[in-house]
Amino acid sequence: MWVQKQRNIIDFTISSLNRRKGKNTALVLVYTLVVFLLASVMFFTQALKREASRVLRDAPELVVQRMSAGRHELVPKKYLAVVETIKGVSSVRGRLWGYYYDPVVGANYTIIVSEEAGHAPGDITVGSGVARARAAASSDIFVLRTYDGATIPFQIKNILPSDSELVSSDLIIMSEPDYRRVFGTAAGYFTDITLKVRNAKEVGTVASKIVSLLPDTRPITRREILRTYDSVFDWRGGLVVVILTGAVLAFIIVAWDKASGLSSDEKKEIGILKAVGWETSDVLLMKFWEGTVISLCSFLTGILLAYVHVFFTSAALFAPVLKGWSVLYPEFRLVPFLDPYQLATLFFLSVVPYTVATIVPSWHAATIDPDSVMRS
Amino acid sequence: MSILQLKDISKIFNQGRHNEFIAVDNVSVAIEAGKVTVLRGPSGSGKTTLLSLAGCMARPTSGRILFGDRELTSLPERFLTEIRRAAFGFIFQQFNLVRGITALENVMLPAYPLGGSHDELKNRALELLDLFGIKARASSRSEWLSGGEAQRTAIARALINNPGVVIADEPTAHLDTRLSREFMDIVDRLKAQGKTVIIASHDPLVYEASVIDRVVSMRDGRIEGAGA
Repeated sequence: MWVQKQRNIIDFTISSLNRRKGKNTALVLVYTLVVFLLASVMFFTQALKREASRVLRDAPELVVQRMSAGRHELVPKKYLAVVETIKGVSSVRGRLWGYYYDPVVGANYTIIVSEEAGHAPGDITVGSGVARARAAASSDIFVLRTYDGATIPFQIKNILPSDSELVSSDLIIMSEPDYRRVFGTAAGYFTDITLKVRNAKEVGTVASKIVSLLPDTRPITRREILRTYDSVFDWRGGLVVVILTGAVLAFIIVAWDKASGLSSDEKKEIGILKAVGWETSDVLLMKFWEGTVISLCSFLTGILLAYVHVFFTSAALFAPVLKGWSVLYPEFRLVPFLDPYQLATLFFLSVVPYTVATIVPSWHAATIDPDSVMRS
Repeated sequence: MSILQLKDISKIFNQGRHNEFIAVDNVSVAIEAGKVTVLRGPSGSGKTTLLSLAGCMARPTSGRILFGDRELTSLPERFLTEIRRAAFGFIFQQFNLVRGITALENVMLPAYPLGGSHDELKNRALELLDLFGIKARASSRSEWLSGGEAQRTAIARALINNPGVVIADEPTAHLDTRLSREFMDIVDRLKAQGKTVIIASHDPLVYEASVIDRVVSMRDGRIEGAGA
């Protein structure tokens, strides 16, 4: 009986929505667009953060930089020996890396030395972004200028796979002697030091010991790096949301106007329903279903489109703003991930207010005396 | 036997304000079960107001209304709606069909909140449309119906919950002579089925029809002569 009543009223609600097809379709479209935009930003930032933490999972627990008057300085080799004396520390390595500006394409590359890559002098591996920017393929010659203006031709041995493109897009990997030639870094000096700590709980203690032994250093933990990534992506996500605020506000005004202002036709219709025997609660039930059908359809379509947009087209609309500021935009497929908490937040911020905005004005109309129809 | 008794009924609009208006003034009338009663009178005589009071659409300012032996005046809105839905069928002057939906859906509307089976309801509505010769127009939108078709749809709607009392307010106001006579034939059929019919009208075609059992004349919110 109860189910039949709901079914009958939903049937009427749907044919009722069909009558104002143009108006309701426009509303659903705008509603869907807003949910789509907000959900896209949400999915994208969340997926990027997960991607970053996945990529950084194998990063060293501690990076030690040398500072001089607040500026980054090269680390002398003897510092490595000092760090190695600290209990619980293993795999202490000096790293060489630096930024290189390429005036040809106006992009910044990150050049690093990797022993694992085992490059012979003259060979390099480049990230996909670098290869795209220079339209370079494997075995091509890639010319770089050294710090003193000389040019060195390198041969591309490999192009990095795109699954780690978020952090490797702008990368060039070369041998140690090549690096020192390009940047003019003297032998016995490194950009910074990386190390592993056997007991993860000891990271903080090790960091403070390093500072006391080498007062001009600054240890950076992996957790700090992850936190920085998180806040950078949150900030970028927030920036897009701010840009979208105008669209959201416009939607709120349209929805409020549509939902709260009953036309004289709608008021008359409510009067007829009451006159033919509908109770106030039946009218409100109908309006509840009306609001629910519109907002739920828009919400689900918006979420679905956002999912396709973010995880199948790699967020083609927002990528330039959200992925990076550089010329070398990373191109990669994000791993699909939905956060139920965020979905619930979006649901309660869109579906619930709209449904309430639909019911409240109908309440006023539904409490009229049914005999008003006799006089119209 | 009286199915409806209105005792010392008054209805005052905007009571206590400068635009106070007495639509029905201390009227008592009893409606016989199974008979056709016409409330006759000029515009503003209080016919429509009395109809809406008799049909539980509005509450009187003073007086009592009895449906059978049940007192209606003090019932809360919910119970009043239940009685109205089950016992009364309304045919309005403007027909008041909902625009944009089909004739069939219009007929089914009063039964939706009762929660019966949708298919059964649909069959019942089609039977009624068939009874009034407009089954072929069942899927036409209400605004595409002619005046006569719209009225017959409105009559079918009034009968969907199988009420004992049918109330019609100026049912021939928008109909030509032929359609008005057809309407009175339908009233005759309703009467033959044992239904009580109350009509408000100032159309001679209605109050002079042979099917009418009783005419109650009204003027200025009161009943004239020995109508009561």
